[in-house]
Amino acid sequence: MQVQATTSVSTSGSRSLPILFCALLGIGIIFTTGHIQASALHDAAHDVRHATGFPCH
Amino acid sequence: MFSRLLTSALFAGAAAGLCAALLQLFFVQPILLHAELYETGTLVHFGSESVVSAHQALPGFEPMRDGLSIFFTMLVYSGYALLTVGAMELAAQRGHTIDGRTGLLWGFAGFLAFHFAPGFSLAPEVPGVAAADVQIRQLWWLATVVTAISGIGLIAFGTTWKAWAPAVVLLLAPHVIGAPQPEVYTGPVPTELGAEFAARAFGVGLAAWVMLGSFAGFFWKRETARAQSLANA
Repeated sequence: MQVQATTSVSTSGSRSLPILFCALLGIGIIFTTGHIQASALHDAAHDVRHATGFPCH
Repeated sequence: MFSRLLTSALFAGAAAGLCAALLQLFFVQPILLHAELYETGTLVHFGSESVVSAHQALPGFEPMRDGLSIFFTMLVYSGYALLTVGAMELAAQRGHTIDGRTGLLWGFAGFLAFHFAPGFSLAPEVPGVAAADVQIRQLWWLATVVTAISGIGLIAFGTTWKAWAPAVVLLLAPHVIGAPQPEVYTGPVPTELGAEFAARAFGVGLAAWVMLGSFAGFFWKRETARAQSLANA
């Protein structure tokens, strides 16, 4: 019961911050894999970019 | 909470990404390799007089190249999964049910936003096609994905036309404005391969996204139940 009470008073910040981190990490990964044009990265992810519908080159 | 979301997303992203990679290697990669024979000039096909066989010997599994593709597909689907699980958490906090079954709809919505909406005007490109400048296409891709997510979110969670009407505008606008197109068509690849490639890319994307949504819902529910039972112990 004590734990539940503590949970219920958690601020909206502690509820939404992890979601924000998740979203930023996800966006970072998608951009690194799908969009960055550095040639090593482009060549390594080339087939995936085409097959996943990202603009490739 | 972050570790709970991260765990759910990475499980779902890795599983759906692996399925996507295997489907791509089996159904999409042979068309890509075939198209590259035209892109590099090994094969040349023009007009109706062509005598080039439509059946070419293609390399099989290439450990380095295809291994990287499997890795990057799992990575990009983990990125999708992080966004999906984050959005699911937000919806759950507002009283919506999240599980493997409702996840199917989330996956379908994700496919629409990340694959179908940009691909509707900027079709998945087979290697060798003519296209506008890549940075302009990336910008258009990004704007279309953002407007599609906003539009689909408004349709799914809105309850009146005050939400649905702007959703329709958001979904249509990028396509009414139009995607960046090339000045001239110079693609050396047969249109048959281009069409098959786009259809297969969409098909694999749909299958993988529906799996991703369902896995994300399933793992989110499991991890949330586990965190609650630990808190209550």
